[in-house]
Amino acid sequence: MTAAAHSGPQGLDDDLVPPLNALQAMAESSRCLYCYEPACVSACPTGIDIPGFIHRIADGNVVGAAKTILSANIMGGTCSRVCPTEVLCEQACVRNSGEQHPVAIGRLQRFATDRMLANGGSHPFARAADSGKRVAVVGAGPAGLSCAHRLSLLGHRVDIFEAKPKPGGLNEYGLAAYKMTGDFAQREVAFILALGGIVLHHGKRLGETIHLDALSRDYDAVFLAVGLSLPRAVGLEGDDLEGVIEALSFIEKVRQGNRATVGGRVVVIGGGNTAVDAAIQAHCLGAGEVVMAYRRGIAQMGATAWEQQLARISGVAIKPWLAPKRFRGSGGKVTSVLFERTQLVDGHLTGTGVDVELPADLVLTAVGQELRDEDLAGLAVQAGRVRIDADYRTERTGVFAGGDCVKSGLDLTVQAVEDGKRAVLAIDRFIRE
Amino acid sequence: MADLRSSIAGISSPNPFWLASAPPTDKAYNVVRAFEAGWGGVVWKTLGEDPPVVNVSSRYGALLNGNRELLGFNNIELITDRSLELNLQEIAQVKRDWPDRALVVSLMARMAEEAWVGLVGKIEATGADGVELNLGCPHGMCERGMGSAIGQVPEMVEQVTRWVRAATRMPVLVKLTPNVTNILWPAEAAKRGGANAVSLINTINSIASVDLDLMAPTPTVDGKGTHGGYCGPAVKPIALNMVAEIGRNHVTADLPISGIGGIGSWRDAAEFLALGADTVQVCTAAMVHGFRIVGPMIDGLSQWMDDKGYSRIDDFAGAALANVVDWNSLNMNFSTKAVINQDLCIDCGRCHIVCEDTSHQAIRIGKAEGKRLFEVVAEDCVGCNLCFHVCPVPQCITMRPESNGLPYMNWDQDPRNPLRSEG
Repeated sequence: MTAAAHSGPQGLDDDLVPPLNALQAMAESSRCLYCYEPACVSACPTGIDIPGFIHRIADGNVVGAAKTILSANIMGGTCSRVCPTEVLCEQACVRNSGEQHPVAIGRLQRFATDRMLANGGSHPFARAADSGKRVAVVGAGPAGLSCAHRLSLLGHRVDIFEAKPKPGGLNEYGLAAYKMTGDFAQREVAFILALGGIVLHHGKRLGETIHLDALSRDYDAVFLAVGLSLPRAVGLEGDDLEGVIEALSFIEKVRQGNRATVGGRVVVIGGGNTAVDAAIQAHCLGAGEVVMAYRRGIAQMGATAWEQQLARISGVAIKPWLAPKRFRGSGGKVTSVLFERTQLVDGHLTGTGVDVELPADLVLTAVGQELRDEDLAGLAVQAGRVRIDADYRTERTGVFAGGDCVKSGLDLTVQAVEDGKRAVLAIDRFIRE
Repeated sequence: MADLRSSIAGISSPNPFWLASAPPTDKAYNVVRAFEAGWGGVVWKTLGEDPPVVNVSSRYGALLNGNRELLGFNNIELITDRSLELNLQEIAQVKRDWPDRALVVSLMARMAEEAWVGLVGKIEATGADGVELNLGCPHGMCERGMGSAIGQVPEMVEQVTRWVRAATRMPVLVKLTPNVTNILWPAEAAKRGGANAVSLINTINSIASVDLDLMAPTPTVDGKGTHGGYCGPAVKPIALNMVAEIGRNHVTADLPISGIGGIGSWRDAAEFLALGADTVQVCTAAMVHGFRIVGPMIDGLSQWMDDKGYSRIDDFAGAALANVVDWNSLNMNFSTKAVINQDLCIDCGRCHIVCEDTSHQAIRIGKAEGKRLFEVVAEDCVGCNLCFHVCPVPQCITMRPESNGLPYMNWDQDPRNPLRSEG
């Protein structure tokens, strides 16, 4: 679905992109040319056999389609909802040539995986014989769950330690409600755990209730999938004013059921998909005016063109070339954000000396997240991420890492799932040696 | 504007598009609607002796593609289940009201002269333009000794044709069944019996599909099914071949042909006409889209004829027939090679994988800017056309004949033929 054909989410709990019905799925699946070793598969970080699963849908074998997807990406359901397909598989679809309109791969993937999860039947995969090995996974986000699932498939027993009260990571806490309707994150986790062999422990935070040294000692291997759990501070005068909050914590509250009306004017600082998720949700919750301010240009925004368009269609104004300088307030409450207009000079972002003040009753900051590295028991960190080698090994023997806490590719759910999956190859080799 | 007027066995119609004897021509109501839509003629659904047959419920089966587009169709409906008298009255009235359209009446009877002669006499009294002998229906009626039970035995075809020919002044068309090993045997028999023309093909014995829940063929009648008559787009190639076989057989070459089988567009019709058919008959396409489809057929044929400079159908009638030859007459020295237009290629890889897996490993994958480059290895390409057919982009792969300077040489002349006649 193109943004131009979209009217934005109707409400927080309405699907942003509605699921395909059976008739639409049949028509859309028949558009797939069943290409040989196509670019859409190479463009998928998890390498899903896209023509293979679409062919199965067209063939009336929806369960087979779902198995094809899930065997490459156990979180195919979430990815079908939140993947920026416009820059991944669908961007590579050969139907972009000529017809200028790719096969709706993401929506077809959702069609198949939704059917599988709705079936409520037995788990489509079976565990290998028990290996007698135990692995600790820290973090029940996409990377941790993906890793745990595949480890369990191979016959290993897995304990997942999660700091939050619910599993799912950003799927549960960090994505817009309209992308993950119907408690999908929890349904998907339940589906993954139905494989067996995985035990989830809540309220376990590394460095507090669990420690890497102990995990290393007690388990045959450890997989760290702790994500980037610290929202990056804006670090400007006035950021302690009431009404200046991190976009992620705003999204988390919304996702956990806090639907308090947002009144007045909202300024979102940032240019990524989190900024867009926060801005649109603020608008859905009643904000009178929502402005997304970004310090660079439209072309440099982390949010894809479709996300930007979605924001605009949903009533969000995007203002590029504005770098925040300070927050102003009255009586301890924020009242405005002062920006300096920026420009590119010889490729360098520079201030113009011109100030712009945007009135704000609520400021949501979405300038990125950082690694909480003090709990990593001295593991080497490089460019803000846990340092790993090509086999996802940290410097510490038997400790592996993946997902957002490492830099392996794009910072996307689908990449985290792939990290978890690939790390298992090395973990399995390691613990069988 | 091309002149589409057509004529077969002395029966003329304003265009070559007739509706075949089938459910759409069962009664005056349908036939009048067809004429209003522009059909040049109809063959009224097969009449039989009273009492009329009784049809079952659940009658049609279909072969659909993933988009529910119909590729093939099958039916187990019998001949008209209305009284003979009612049909005859309506035929007479319709012919009076539509004198410029061809109205031919299909009939079927047991293998007895008085049965055929009796029916033909009554039909002649309606003023109809001709009769078509249904010697082809492959389901139900054949179990009662009619339809294809007669059409599959050349001697019986000849006999029935002779009886009818002797009993009427009307032109006699004999409708042939394709459920035979050699279509020329019944065609020649029809000619010997005095047929003025043949119509073909009737439907092909078939089971449309198996219902895997009921474990029964479709269409399913209370848990059971029976083989039915297959028609629709999928049978066109079979029909074209049989029409051509009759056209190029010296015994039947002058026998007028009403071409039938999977015709759904002006192009299909033009192909039948090019192979020597004088008119065409349509059923499935009308049953899928309604009678209105004759509009695009008429103006599509007319436009194509204008584009080609054909002013009348005779200008191209049978024009392709001389190019239908036996395999042994093909030029062994001819060579054609696949050529891929890289600007049109969308990088789907289908040509490569089919050639690699199932043909001659003649399309290799190279690298190009941002996409794969599929290259034909000319010395390995045998010119099989497979890639040309599977390529999803029109004109992206074309077959280009090589000018190798070699003369025509057929298999009989080919030194590689171990049975070649010397000299």
